[in-house]
Amino acid sequence: MSHSGWETVIGLEVHVQLATKTKIFSAASTSFGAEANTQACAIDLAMPGTLPVLNKQAVHYAVMFGLAIDAEIGKESAFERKNYFYPDSPKGYQTTQLEKPIVGRGNVEIKLADGSTKNVRIHHAHLEEDAGKSLHEGGFRHGVSGIDLNRAGTPLIEIVSEPDMSNAEEAIVFAKKLHSIVTSIGICDGEMSQGSMRFDVNVSVRPKGSTELGTRTETKNLNSYKFMEEAIVKEVERQIDLIEDGGTVKQETRLYNGDTKIARPMRSKEEANDYRYFPCPDLLPVIVSDETIEELRRNLPELPDARQARFIEQYGLSDYDAAVIGSDAPMAAYFEIAAEKSSNAKLTANWTMGELAARLNSQDLNIGKSPVSAEQLGGLVARIADNSISGKMAKEVFEGMWAGEGSADDIIEARGLKQVSDTGALEKIVVEVLTANQAMVDDYINTDEAKRKKKLGGFMGKIMQASKGQANPQQVNQILAQKLNELL
Amino acid sequence: MHNLTIAELVKGLQGKEFSSVELTQHFLARIAKLDANYNAVITVTADQALKAAAAADKRLAAGNAPALCGVPILHKDIFCTNGVRTSCGSKMLDNFIPPYNATVVENFEQAGAVVMGKTNMDEFAMGSSNETSFYGPVKNPWASDSVPGGSSGGSAAAVAARLAPGATATDTGGSIRQPAALCGITGLKPTYGRVSRWGMIAFASSLDQGGPMARTAEDCAILLNCMASYDDKDSTCIDREVPDYGATLGDSIKGLKIGVPREYFSAGLDPDTEKAVRAALAEYQAQGAELIEISLPNTGLSVPAYYVIAPAEASTNLTRFDGVRYGYRCEDPKDLNDLYTRTRAEGFGDEVKHRILIGTYCLSAGYYDAYYGKAQQVRQLIQQDFEKAFEQVDVIMGPTTPSPAFKFGSKGDDPVAMYLEDIYTVATNLAGLPGMSVPCGLVDNKPVGLQIIGNYFDEARMLNIAHQYQQATQWHSLTPEGVA
Repeated sequence: MSHSGWETVIGLEVHVQLATKTKIFSAASTSFGAEANTQACAIDLAMPGTLPVLNKQAVHYAVMFGLAIDAEIGKESAFERKNYFYPDSPKGYQTTQLEKPIVGRGNVEIKLADGSTKNVRIHHAHLEEDAGKSLHEGGFRHGVSGIDLNRAGTPLIEIVSEPDMSNAEEAIVFAKKLHSIVTSIGICDGEMSQGSMRFDVNVSVRPKGSTELGTRTETKNLNSYKFMEEAIVKEVERQIDLIEDGGTVKQETRLYNGDTKIARPMRSKEEANDYRYFPCPDLLPVIVSDETIEELRRNLPELPDARQARFIEQYGLSDYDAAVIGSDAPMAAYFEIAAEKSSNAKLTANWTMGELAARLNSQDLNIGKSPVSAEQLGGLVARIADNSISGKMAKEVFEGMWAGEGSADDIIEARGLKQVSDTGALEKIVVEVLTANQAMVDDYINTDEAKRKKKLGGFMGKIMQASKGQANPQQVNQILAQKLNELL
Repeated sequence: MHNLTIAELVKGLQGKEFSSVELTQHFLARIAKLDANYNAVITVTADQALKAAAAADKRLAAGNAPALCGVPILHKDIFCTNGVRTSCGSKMLDNFIPPYNATVVENFEQAGAVVMGKTNMDEFAMGSSNETSFYGPVKNPWASDSVPGGSSGGSAAAVAARLAPGATATDTGGSIRQPAALCGITGLKPTYGRVSRWGMIAFASSLDQGGPMARTAEDCAILLNCMASYDDKDSTCIDREVPDYGATLGDSIKGLKIGVPREYFSAGLDPDTEKAVRAALAEYQAQGAELIEISLPNTGLSVPAYYVIAPAEASTNLTRFDGVRYGYRCEDPKDLNDLYTRTRAEGFGDEVKHRILIGTYCLSAGYYDAYYGKAQQVRQLIQQDFEKAFEQVDVIMGPTTPSPAFKFGSKGDDPVAMYLEDIYTVATNLAGLPGMSVPCGLVDNKPVGLQIIGNYFDEARMLNIAHQYQQATQWHSLTPEGVA
């Protein structure tokens, strides 16, 4: 497979569900996971005579996104109707924005794995309503399709990028950056598995060096980075193979099934709907005043880039640690609470990204649902930092906290895990072990200086055993080295 | 009792001359006995009405009851009524029972008015003759071979035939004023945004406006006091204080400047209708008003613009009637497409399909600019015509319709002839202005109407002007033969 003569052009359309309590045009709840059709009111069901009333919070969230990417804010935006028949679109049209979106051109800077940065231009972002869900293909009774309108009317912003990405990595980094931005400013819960962010990927290829864009396809509704990457890689290969075999790429909408790994066309350009957009006569133009914009700007939560910089400066974190923790809003918030409690930011960062993240991952939990609170983790790190417990003990304490046994101090107390750091007591143990293992000591003395270090482990094991694991290993190390030196 | 005006009924009820139950029974009996002649009422809610009347009598006995307490009325079947079938004149909604009230319905309920039922109408308010109703045409009480006008023909005929002292109606291009004129009653289409559209089944959202129908301007004022309200459930409703429309009815109209648009008296206007309207203008002159000839140069463009904008909006407003969630559903659909196409083919009547097709066409890619875009520009020009006129005059007057009620079927094959029925009325909807029709004469023993067009939110003045006319003339109190 030689694709070296080709380059890829990628643009993204990202649907972000806004974290408002109620829907964009009705007072029905937007919470996820309720029984089908229990969160759809007369407006969401498009009952005759019902009318939409715009949710101001959704407008504010959209403006906040615009401010976060330094975009022009549409001070007067307008809703239009996008007309099409489908059972999960109860009105027979989607209320969306076309000619006058609420967010205009903006920019998102992404940092790539090689350390370089790249600017992805945002064409615009607009407000619209989500559709309901059709339940078929095994999800419902045989021969019958069901419709769940709980999601219908959930507010979305659709973020449309320019085709500024040239491979899957860039697209994923960009997607993650958007996730980081919208969760950091609190306008989206970021729960990808619940569909809170969904990606449409526009892909085209062209001969290297060409400035003309190739014909693009759009793969719709990807809801994980993994699927997105797979879909892009597959689609790029498909297009290149197609062209190299003398074919042409058709402009079409495609679907990628992440479970079966199969991509297939959904509809071609010829079959595309004529959506007959026109201004929605039930809604007035959306006017956002300068005062509102300024107020939202003043109160805009910290953006991920700023937070990462602050973590380096304030906590002395490495670039890498700051990037990992700082880009994840809930993790960053958790870390800050834990770090304050522990007074050791670096160690807190290690535990947050290490033990905690691994355990959360393995149980598919997000940090907001962590059984170990930030205060608890901070308490644990504090005991490691002040040498009360060893790293090994800390893992045992962490298990206890995870199991709900209380704070680190409670568990240390209850399990008698206190580390022995008293120099006198440790010296006594070391001397006892050396005395009891004369053969090992002789062996140590007779070993080449260069290889002696390897022999230390044996003594350490015996000493830790003798102290029932409670000896402070760093101190033991020191004392042991000193005592053996004296024997040389 | 049925010949009393609402104002007189209010006095009688508050003065305990008769009870609401008696009054309601009387009107219900008339509906039961006479409506077979008119087909004005689709649904009668006798039990609920009598219960409401009994409750109203209690409120009246306790004192301080609102004006409309105990007054029986009818709602056009376009207003959603909680628990009562709301058909919009269509097979599509023949089985539709809304779980909510329109704000207008709610307002009347709060005031203690007694709702006796729902009136017939053109299907989805699309028509000027009431011939498009799924429930059959309404007959004009003045001439059983003639149309009552539309789309609020049921409300107009019911009021004219004394089946109710007043009724609600809606007007998208003349649907209050034209049937009011053809049935010899008084009807008012308020300023767009004055009356909430919540629960009023949409035809063309940017044009639809609810309003009252009654025999007199004074009664319309009483009804409008109740109907008009700010409603945060309708984003296009305007938050503006509702004046007491009855308070200024007696004001003198001396010095009133009446604009008489040249374009409203051109070819196409029946000479006898013109005579009646001119006579009404002369009456105003006699009362001290000044007639000023004005021009609304874009009048001729109003019907074409209207018949692009209204169907365009209707085509998407009616997409929701798909057989999925409520309303008519075709039998045994094979698949989704079959469900859609047969449900809509079987559920909608011809005129509705006609307009959905026109509207869909006008909004289609490649046609939008030439049709919808142009029509919106025309709409602005028409609005500017009125703005200019109102710099010069206080109100504008002319005929409501080109001629009196026409015979059933006489315009059936020619939609354009039917659409020209709206020639004097659609411009006010396009501009969002209030308009009124007041009976001003008989032509071939059929009523004709004087149209009064006011400036934005000038309903109180219009009602005052109409009331002053009705103090001096008797056209509004004529009773159709056989109604008595």
